[in-house]
Amino acid sequence: MIKTRMAYYFIAPAVIVMAVLVFYPLFSGINLSFTNATQANVLQRSPIPRSGKCIKAPISPVAPTVVGNSCITPATYEYVGLTNYTTILTNESYQFWPVFQQTVVWTIFNVIPHIGIGLGLALLLNRNIKGRTIYRVLLILPWAVPSYISAFVWRFIFNGDIGFLNNFFDMQVPWLSNPNWAMFSVIVANTWLAIPFNMVTILGGLQSIPGDLYEAANVDGANTWQKFTSITMPMLRPVMMTATLLGVIWTFNSFNIIFLVTEGGPFRSTEILATWAWRYGFSQRPEFGIAAAFSVIILVILIAFSLLYIRVLQRPGQEAI
Amino acid sequence: MNRRVLSKDVGVLRRNASQRKLYADLATHAVLTVVCIIMLFPIFWVISTSFKTENEVENSNVTLVPREFTLDNYTHILTGMTNPNGENLTWIWTRNSLLVALITTAIGVLLAASCAYALSRFKFRGRRGVMIAFLVTQMFPGAILIVPLYNILNDFGLLNSWPGLILAYCTVALPFSVWMLKGFFDAIPYDLEEAAIVDGCSPFGAYWRIALPLTLPGIAVVSFFNFMTAWNEFMLALTLMDGELNNTLPVGLRGFIFQFETSWHYLSAGAVLVTIPVMIGFFFAQKYLVSGLTAGGVKG
Repeated sequence: MIKTRMAYYFIAPAVIVMAVLVFYPLFSGINLSFTNATQANVLQRSPIPRSGKCIKAPISPVAPTVVGNSCITPATYEYVGLTNYTTILTNESYQFWPVFQQTVVWTIFNVIPHIGIGLGLALLLNRNIKGRTIYRVLLILPWAVPSYISAFVWRFIFNGDIGFLNNFFDMQVPWLSNPNWAMFSVIVANTWLAIPFNMVTILGGLQSIPGDLYEAANVDGANTWQKFTSITMPMLRPVMMTATLLGVIWTFNSFNIIFLVTEGGPFRSTEILATWAWRYGFSQRPEFGIAAAFSVIILVILIAFSLLYIRVLQRPGQEAI
Repeated sequence: MNRRVLSKDVGVLRRNASQRKLYADLATHAVLTVVCIIMLFPIFWVISTSFKTENEVENSNVTLVPREFTLDNYTHILTGMTNPNGENLTWIWTRNSLLVALITTAIGVLLAASCAYALSRFKFRGRRGVMIAFLVTQMFPGAILIVPLYNILNDFGLLNSWPGLILAYCTVALPFSVWMLKGFFDAIPYDLEEAAIVDGCSPFGAYWRIALPLTLPGIAVVSFFNFMTAWNEFMLALTLMDGELNNTLPVGLRGFIFQFETSWHYLSAGAVLVTIPVMIGFFFAQKYLVSGLTAGGVKG
């Protein structure tokens, strides 16, 4: 590596664009979470009517002005301090705690099978058997399916009337219409989606373990289980740590599967914080301040979890990145 | 005497070991086969459904393969979905998705390549900070940025416009591309560029004329994954774009479920058509994905 100031010219475009597109929205979102912004009081933009005069909307306290070729009503929302946060956390009609509980259940019961099945399959694929390349390619195919397509397919398979499961096995299971079954069903769909990534990541970790470690263990007369617990698992630790952390963050934030398979229902039973926050931002009467506060809460939970996770599991001298 | 006993014992042990290996291999094949069937079933099911007639799909007697093979669902998706103005919606949504995905890919790779190169080759103040920032942004997707993005795009009048959606997609594509491309640059030895710099080439020249051409396969792979991310994206397109003609393919297809709750046969045909090109590309690019991601991380 050479030390040069030229480096800054190389990184500038990407860093500037990221600053504008990610960090500015991030801070703008935090800012928004301290306001009473709703659909009615953010900046409004409408085409100029034929009369050439902008018309004041009945709900808006200020009159619009002509800017360029549209009528612009400036934003009129105000800072309300921590009101959004206290409302979300204490007002029961915002359903924060039940939805938070569902999010935790959703995350735990997703990540455990993702990692567990991923590890199991990776161990099998790491054995020296015929045709393992074919198995590997077949098993990662679900990864290539767009997640919204997977969601459609699972919704179809779980369908109570014409779905594959109920008809083929001649059952009457309310896969998507009973709260507990619905949670189970979305977890199955999401696990199907997540296994390939975890399997391939862990397999990569397994294949980077030097073979002479196992040879040395063989010379010492170690059995399969001893080799697994004293070589494979410790060597796999960094990969498993990363996969678990990413898995928790992605699952906690996942949107498509729940939104498209159950739409959060029945009776909000499969709603998680990410989909719930979205509803406050983009339902019939958007409350942007509340939605932004929900997002900040999600962010804080995830940062706190990540820091705690790294601190508890990181061994001295081993760095996460 | 002793030696003979010993060699006999070793023989038994070996035979036991090879027999155990055989059983273990058989068990491995059995488990992997069952898991493959389960994992591939949904894909098989949607392909099978796409060739069935509506009657057969709605019937509670499930058939694994179509009893009556038909291509009508595909014909309907490709030519039959028109709005009252006679515009073919499938074509319009596909064009929209292609446009957004291609431009996002181009921007993502163009901006990311030089940044990834600098992170791979140069030592400079703030290098670690930049890398962590890119990694962290990759971890906090959509759900958190969507409300502020919506409001910022609204402020600049970019809501419901293609530039707006492309900018939003860059928040995902850019950090991913930087991280992946850094892994690819790390894999190329620095000697060639070093020699060129000794011969009077500028650092930029070394990057542009030597490192970049060598990384072309990597750039192809990263481009493909960027394309796939944008092509498959649903939530941002749903939120930031409005109106039938401005839909991308995912949002347009989703309209199916809610407009005609039971058009599973059409939906399946649409799903197959959307997935096939992605799957073919994925098949060729998959082995680089994980090696790229892990290489970027390990070599820090």
